[in-house]
Amino acid sequence: MSGVDAFLAMGGYAGYVWPAYAAAAIVLGGLLAWSLAGYRRAQRELEMQQRTAPGARRP
Amino acid sequence: MQRFANPARFMRLSAAMLPWCGRATALLLAGGLYLALFVAPPDYQQGEAVRIMFVHVPAAWMASVVYALMALASAVALIWRHPLADIAARSAAPLGAGFTLLCLVTGSLWGEPMWGTWWVWDARLTSVLVLFFLYLGYIALVNAFDEPTRGARAGAILALVGIVNLPIIKFSVDWWNTLHQPASVFRLGGPTVDASMLWPLLIMALGFTLFFVTVLLIRMRTALIAAKIRALRLAEVEREAERAALRHRAAS
Repeated sequence: MSGVDAFLAMGGYAGYVWPAYAAAAIVLGGLLAWSLAGYRRAQRELEMQQRTAPGARRP
Repeated sequence: MQRFANPARFMRLSAAMLPWCGRATALLLAGGLYLALFVAPPDYQQGEAVRIMFVHVPAAWMASVVYALMALASAVALIWRHPLADIAARSAAPLGAGFTLLCLVTGSLWGEPMWGTWWVWDARLTSVLVLFFLYLGYIALVNAFDEPTRGARAGAILALVGIVNLPIIKFSVDWWNTLHQPASVFRLGGPTVDASMLWPLLIMALGFTLFFVTVLLIRMRTALIAAKIRALRLAEVEREAERAALRHRAAS
């Protein structure tokens, strides 16, 4: 086995080690992406609100 | 106006902190991953499976730490009505639930090769599962009311009641027989984990902590912006009503 294969095999525990790291990537990445999406949406909404209703009268 | 002074200051401060927290998180997680996968040695009993520890243990620590912070923020919100405390508790809950889920999943993936089972109903595993349900219950409760302040109060009380679970989790490995190993880092007499594994673990834990701080800041900023949008809408509705009343008076 080459070095890369040996590394990926994780001493026979590849089926447990890699899913654990994948789960971490999915959970942390998912929380970040979800939170960022909500943040950007709120920022856009506030911008629109301030543009259409700057306290002045509309036609 | 006094009530808005603090959130305004928070918005300024968090805007300055956010890029640095993000960078530090990326750096620590990248370094921690390198150490965990390439530098830390295989365990003499567990072989390479021990590398699961470097995601499982930080997730488990964060699961409890975030709950403690959430309960603390809830207490501050109940007692002092601090406008940011309620938002902090609410914003932290999904992150804590995520860490707890990650702890359960990686624990299961570690348990199968080492204990020969994905799950046992023992004290440690069951109390962490209860923690997960406490997070979910809290999230459901704060969102169940039309009036946000009532949801916040109910959620805060649940968060405070649930804190009794934290010492149960911590000491479950001492109080009951369990497959789970006892504490090997935060214990009287110092850690029993070798330095070659302890350092990668601590750096990963620091990375998880900064990840939490970064995403918490993002979520709190989102909640404050949403509150501002609601206030602006309300003001607009009031102006609209005022104008309608003026028109009505002019017409009659």
